[in-house]
Amino acid sequence: MAYLKMAGITKYFPGVVANSSVDFEVEEGEIHALVGENGAGKSTLMKILYGMEKSDAGEIFLHGQPVTITNPQAAIKLGIDMVHQHFELVPSLTVAENVTLGYEPRRGPFVDRQTMVERVRRLSEQFGLQVDPGARVSSLSVGAQQRVEILKLLYRDARLLILDEPSAVLTPQEVDDLFEVLRRLVAEGRTAIFITHKLREVMAICHRATVLRAGRVIGTVRVTETQPETIAQMMVGRDLEMPRRQTSHATPDRPRLIVCDVHAADDRGLPALRGISFAVNAGEIAGLAGVEGNGQTELIQTLVGLRFPERGDLVLDGRTITRERNRTRREHGLAVIPEDRNHQGLSLPSALSENLIATRYQGAPFSRWGVLVPGEIRRFAQRAIRDFDVRVRGPNVAVKTLSGGNAQKVVIARELAQPPAVLIAAQPTRGLDVGATQFVHNELLRLREQQTAILLISADLDELLALSDRLLVIFEGALVGELDRSQATRERLGLLMAGRAGEAAPA
Amino acid sequence: MDIVSLLDATLRISAPLILVGMAGLLSYQVGLINIALEGMMLSGAFAAVVFGYELGSTWLGVLMAIVVGAALGALFALAVITLRANLIVAGLALNFLATGGTAYLMDILYNQSGTLAPEGLRKLPAVTIPLLEDIPVLGEMLSGHSPLVYVSWVMVPLTSIFLYRMVVGGHIRAVGEHPEAAQTAGISVQGMQYLALILGGMLCGLAGAHLSVGDLPLFRERMTNDRGFIALAAVYFAAARPRLTAVACLLFGFFEALQFRLQLRDTALPNEFLQMLPYLMVVIALVVISVRKEWRKGW
Ligand SMILES: Nc1ncnc2c1ncn2[C@@H]1O[C@H](COP(=O)(O)OP(=O)(O)OP(=O)(O)O)[C@@H](O)[C@H]1O
Ligand SMILES: [Mg+2]
Repeated sequence: MAYLKMAGITKYFPGVVANSSVDFEVEEGEIHALVGENGAGKSTLMKILYGMEKSDAGEIFLHGQPVTITNPQAAIKLGIDMVHQHFELVPSLTVAENVTLGYEPRRGPFVDRQTMVERVRRLSEQFGLQVDPGARVSSLSVGAQQRVEILKLLYRDARLLILDEPSAVLTPQEVDDLFEVLRRLVAEGRTAIFITHKLREVMAICHRATVLRAGRVIGTVRVTETQPETIAQMMVGRDLEMPRRQTSHATPDRPRLIVCDVHAADDRGLPALRGISFAVNAGEIAGLAGVEGNGQTELIQTLVGLRFPERGDLVLDGRTITRERNRTRREHGLAVIPEDRNHQGLSLPSALSENLIATRYQGAPFSRWGVLVPGEIRRFAQRAIRDFDVRVRGPNVAVKTLSGGNAQKVVIARELAQPPAVLIAAQPTRGLDVGATQFVHNELLRLREQQTAILLISADLDELLALSDRLLVIFEGALVGELDRSQATRERLGLLMAGRAGEAAPA
Repeated sequence: MDIVSLLDATLRISAPLILVGMAGLLSYQVGLINIALEGMMLSGAFAAVVFGYELGSTWLGVLMAIVVGAALGALFALAVITLRANLIVAGLALNFLATGGTAYLMDILYNQSGTLAPEGLRKLPAVTIPLLEDIPVLGEMLSGHSPLVYVSWVMVPLTSIFLYRMVVGGHIRAVGEHPEAAQTAGISVQGMQYLALILGGMLCGLAGAHLSVGDLPLFRERMTNDRGFIALAAVYFAAARPRLTAVACLLFGFFEALQFRLQLRDTALPNEFLQMLPYLMVVIALVVISVRKEWRKGW
């Protein structure tokens, strides 16, 4: 008998069927992957299991017994607990306070702080989830925040752990650590449901995988008996061509972006960039690898014009732009796909068309005498929607209603409407499904053919290796390695990223 | 100028501000902007006089002021949380209701307008602190105030303990900062919001009672004179930290007391300027405080 069985789950949202008679079974002690495109209904199905959404039809069985789960508390009581796609942590509270929130050890009406910290520390040691119980969550890296989320589940003694895209925001090392923890948990007899867009992860850690497409179950497969291509094909309903790089288009003597000995400080005033120098040539994709927090964010901000360097120069197509503001840089041909599309890339409450012209509404053709020209804007938006295959009802819908993949397409449509001289692409496929990822990759390769110089910053080594002509490795604010695509391997990159340059030298 | 009487006045003037400040702080911490503090306070002031007179005991009047404050807090919560009324509109409505309602009730119950000073109603007895009262300057300053002044001082650490040491206080803060996180942790978001608003209402009632029966046993129309908003400003500037909020209220009280004295002294400055002084100084002081904090963080 299956440990968990969801039968005939149906969920309607206004205008969408998020789940349509979904049958889903999980065995005790397995790691079960739940995969599917953006908007396939994965999160919705799990929220129903966790009692955060109410299904319109269907039943849930645990050990064959029907259960009703009307709120998260009920789920937690049954041993079902969830780490959400967007973390549910209170930033100003400490790690221990967040882990125990709602279930605090008490002494009368007061919080028993000592016991609280002690228990969290013990739990963190027991499962190898390193965090300082007294640290404020706002000061933690994304990886550490995730450890806090998992500790929260373990503190409540979850038997079935639902992890909604836990790896999307992690660095490769952190993903390995997460897998280690997951293996330990299932070895103890716990069960996990693991949502991801990365097939490599499904193959690496999961026992079985269930594929959802447009709210329906396409099938459940045993991972050891299945090729990743088959799963990908089930997800998108067609064969996927993996992006294939053409031979190099680079024009070696035509650097379009030059970064020369750049020094910059981070928000706390500590040195974040310590003399970075590199160039990106026309028609070249330079990949920047590195563990998050080694200066990538500051480098992007410096290139974009959100942070001025203390020393050093930036040159775009022969023009020094070190002290120019963002708009001037854009006029000279800079385009940016920012790290965090929801906060930096888009204005979520604004309309799609407004987002599309956000970098070019000043002056003709979108405005005249300081007044916007709606007709032009609409035409431009409609063309962009068509060219970039954004799935929306029209140009006036608010961007916040779009799925992750579609939202990223809006950013890309805006940035690539005219082929830029230099493109800074930071985590361009984070959280995107295979189809959308492929779309983005193809766009980058298309630009490369058109002689754009592309700096690709990504936490996904596979992406870097698939697209880059040349790889740069950043560690503690300095470039510690530069590899030609032909010399680069995951292992060598990994060593360089860890700051172990000596061991990474070719044998 | 007599420093001692100046400081003495400072404490008296800031006491209701501190009480209302703590109320505003509670709603701020639970994530709601409470502009109805003013109306709750005014209603409390009225209730203290009416019930104090009718029941023949000023203390019972104070108790009823707290009850009325709590009831208005619950009403406000019902409107904005359960019935999802707009926070600002509902707050304004409650303030209008309080202003109009007290004037109306004064008219139909006592056939009075403007001021209600029922005969026989006594103010709260001043508290003299043994020993302390004998110390020359300090005694004069700290002893002999209306009891609610001391209550206001006690409320500051109590609020702090409530919010930062008690389980339910932690839940209030979690709800205010990240309601979804609180909800998934099994905390009732609405429950915490109700609680914070009702507790706030009680504090407002108490503050109102201090205004009406703390010094002179009388109620005047609009006697709260925008103190609810000043306290709210203090909460914002202090980023809802209890002690800093109290300091901001004291600061305002100080300049208000100073301003009164300067007006009497016939300086060259126009009275309007002097009246502005407390507001201006609070803004300046708090900006300096927060800028210095940021500075230490390294901008
Ligand atoms: N609260 C909501 N209101 C309206 N529609 C919703 C809501 N939540 C989800 N949807 C819609 O339901 C569908 C399924 O969404 P869901 O979040 O479950 O997808 P997903 O598979 O988790 O996608 P992703 O990989 O992007 O996280 C989508 O079309 C989405 O737009
Ligand atoms: Mg999802």
